[in-house]
Amino acid sequence: MPPRSWTFTVAGIGLAVALALPFFLSNFRLFQFSQVYIYAMALLGLNILTGYNGQISLGHGAFYAVGAYTTAIMIDQWNVPYGWTIPVAGLVCLVVGFLFGIPALRLEGLYLALATFALALAVPQILKYFEHWTGGSQGIVLSKPKAPWGLKLNPDQWLYFLCLGLLVLSFILASNLLRGRTGRAIVAIRDNPIAAQSMGVNTALYKSLTFGVSAAYTGVAGALSAVTVAYVAPDSFDVFRSITFLVGIVIGGLASVSGAIFGALFIQFVPNWAMDISKAAPWAIYGVFLIGFMYAMPRGIAGSIRLATVRWLRRRAEPRGSSGGSPR
Amino acid sequence: MRKSLLLALLAAFGLAVTSGPTVAQTPGVTATEIKIGNTNPYSGPASAYGTIGKSLGAYFKKVNDEGGINGRKINYISYDDSYSPPKAVEMVRKLVEQDEVAALFQTLGTPTNTAIQKYVNQQKVPHLFVATGATKWNDPKNFPWTMGWQPNYQTEGRVYAAYIMKNFPDAKIGILYQNDDYGKDYRKGLHDGLGEAAKKMIVMEQTYEVTDPTIDSQIVNLKNSGANVFFNVTIPKFAVQAIKKAHDIGWKPAHFLNNVSSSLATVLKPAGLEASKGLITALYMKEITDPQWKNDKGFQDWVTWMKKYYPEGALDDQSNAFGYTAAQAMTQVLKQCGSDLSRENIMKQAANLKNVEFPLLLPGIKVNTSPTDHAPIEQEQLAKFDGERWVLFGELLEAVKK
Repeated sequence: MPPRSWTFTVAGIGLAVALALPFFLSNFRLFQFSQVYIYAMALLGLNILTGYNGQISLGHGAFYAVGAYTTAIMIDQWNVPYGWTIPVAGLVCLVVGFLFGIPALRLEGLYLALATFALALAVPQILKYFEHWTGGSQGIVLSKPKAPWGLKLNPDQWLYFLCLGLLVLSFILASNLLRGRTGRAIVAIRDNPIAAQSMGVNTALYKSLTFGVSAAYTGVAGALSAVTVAYVAPDSFDVFRSITFLVGIVIGGLASVSGAIFGALFIQFVPNWAMDISKAAPWAIYGVFLIGFMYAMPRGIAGSIRLATVRWLRRRAEPRGSSGGSPR
Repeated sequence: MRKSLLLALLAAFGLAVTSGPTVAQTPGVTATEIKIGNTNPYSGPASAYGTIGKSLGAYFKKVNDEGGINGRKINYISYDDSYSPPKAVEMVRKLVEQDEVAALFQTLGTPTNTAIQKYVNQQKVPHLFVATGATKWNDPKNFPWTMGWQPNYQTEGRVYAAYIMKNFPDAKIGILYQNDDYGKDYRKGLHDGLGEAAKKMIVMEQTYEVTDPTIDSQIVNLKNSGANVFFNVTIPKFAVQAIKKAHDIGWKPAHFLNNVSSSLATVLKPAGLEASKGLITALYMKEITDPQWKNDKGFQDWVTWMKKYYPEGALDDQSNAFGYTAAQAMTQVLKQCGSDLSRENIMKQAANLKNVEFPLLLPGIKVNTSPTDHAPIEQEQLAKFDGERWVLFGELLEAVKK
C-alpha cells in the first residue's frame, strides 16, 4: 500500500493547483470546474452507498433534486440567504435518504437498483405536480450571489472557492468516516453481511444510515448546483442524471474517495469532447470513450492509479541483486 | 542564451498586453465571418426538435454559398443542450465567453431559455427569435435583448377572441385549459382579447393537470353549462380526448383548438377525422403537407433547398419549414446591419423589421418589430378542418392589442 504521506502530498499539490486556477482561467472555465466539484461531491455520496456499502442506487438524481429544490424554495419563497440553505438541504436529504433506506432494507442488488430507478423516474413528475412550491415545469429562477464580506472576487470566482471549500470538507469527513470503525462496518456489510451481523454489526441501522449520509452529500451537491446555475427546473433532474452519476463512480473508481474527482471530470468534460469530435453522433463517441476507459482501466481511474503505484513500489522494493549481477 | 530568452519573454509580454481589448468592440465578427450561436436539443426527451437546429445550419450554408452577407460568411455554432437547463446555461456561457458569438439565435425550449434569459441580458448579447411560444419573451422593458419569434400563446388567444366577437357576438364560451404557464398564457390572451365582454361571455372554465388520466368529466361539465363556443387549450394527448368526448356526447360547439395541437398526424387522426370536422385553429405558416401549396413558389424553393442542403431532413416535418423561415429572418437582420455588426446594432436591427414577408409564412403575414414590440409574428389566419385538411378562411387576423 502506498504510504499515507504520499496521499497527503498528492492531495496537497492538487489543492494548490485548484486554488491557483481562478487566477488563470476565464469565468466560464471556473463555472465548469465548479460543476466538477459539485459532481464530485454528489459522486462521493453515491460511492459511499454503492462502492463502500454495496447498495446499488440508480436514483441519486432524486436526492440531487431534493437538495436543489430545498435551496431554491427557501430562497424563492422565504428569502433565506443561500448560505443557510445548504446545510438545511443536506439535513433534509439525510432524513429523506434514511427514510428511503428503511424499506430498501428488504431489497438487494438489482431489485434495489430498480426501486431507486423508480424514484428517479418519479421525481421530475412529482416536481411538476407541486407547482405552487416548485414553480412546476417553469422552474424557479434564482439570482447569482455576489462574493460576501467585501471580498474582491466576481461571482464565478467566489462560487468556485465555495464549491472547492465544501468539496475539501466533504472529502475530509468522508475519509474519516470510512477509515474508522463505521467505515469498516460499512464495508463489512458489503462484503459479507451475514458475517458482519454475527460480529455484532447492526446491519439494518448501518445500511439505512449509509443511505441517509449518501443522500446528504448528494443533496448538498444539488443545493450548490441550484446556486451556481441560478435556476432549477424538473427537466434538470431526469433519469439520465442518475445514470450519469453511476457512470461517474464506476469510471472514477468504486470504493475510492479520490475516484469522485476523476469521475466528476469525466462526466463534465467527456460529453463536451465528444461533441467537438462529432456533431452527428456525440453520444456514440461518448460511448466509445466509456468503453475505452472501462477496457483500459477496469478498476476505474482511481483503481488503476492505485494499482500502478503499488506495482511501482513493489519493483522499487525488490533487492538490487536480482536485477543486475551480485556484487563481486 | 539568457539575453535572447529575455527578449523573447519581453516580446511575448508585449504581445499579450497589446492583443487584449480588440475583441470587445465587435465580438464574433471579423472581416470574413460572423459567428452566430445556438443551442438545441439534439439528444434527450425533446430531440425530435433537434432537426430545427440542423435546418438553421443548412440554410446558412445556402447563404454562404451565395456569397454570404455583405462579404462575410456566417459561422453557425450550435451545441446540444439536451433540453436540460443547466446544460443550456453551460453551453450558452461557452458561446458567449469562449466562442464570443455576435448573437444567440433560435435557442429552443421554454425552461432552457428561462435559465439563460437573465444571463444574456446582463451580458448584453442579442437573444433573438427564441424557439418557444411563451409570451414572456416579448418584454423589452425588462429584457431588452430577448426577442420571441412565433405568434405567442396570448396572441393566438386574442386572435380567437377577435373572431368570436365578430362572428359570435352572443356567444357563451367554455374554456378548458392546462393548469400551468402554457395554459394560463392562452387563457389570458382570450380574456384580454374579449376585454369587458369576457365577464359576460365566458360561462364556464375547466382546468386539468398534465398528470390527469382523463378530461372526460371536464367536457361533460362544459356541455352542461350551455356553452356554444369551446376554447380548447390542451396538449395533443388531451386534445384527442376532448375532441372524441365532445363528439361522443353530441356536443357541437364552435370548437377552437390551440395551434399547439393542430397536427393532423398526432391529434386529428387519432381523434377521428369525422369527429374533427369543423375544428378551427390559427395557423401562421403554410403547412408543407397541404397539397394546396404544391405549385407555390415558396414551397417549391423550400423543397429544392431541402434536397440540396438538408437531404437527410424529412420533407413532411413542419419543423424543417419552421427553421428555414427563422433563418431567413436572421439573415434579414444581418443584412440590415450593413457594416456595423456590433451586438448593439444587431439588436437594433432585430427590433427594426418593417413589413418583411417570408415565403413560407401565410400570404399577407408581415413581420414587424420595434423597440417596444419584440413579437415578430403577430398575425395568424384561421383554418377550419374539413375532414381531410385544414382549409384557410377569412382574412389575416391581427391580435387585438390592449
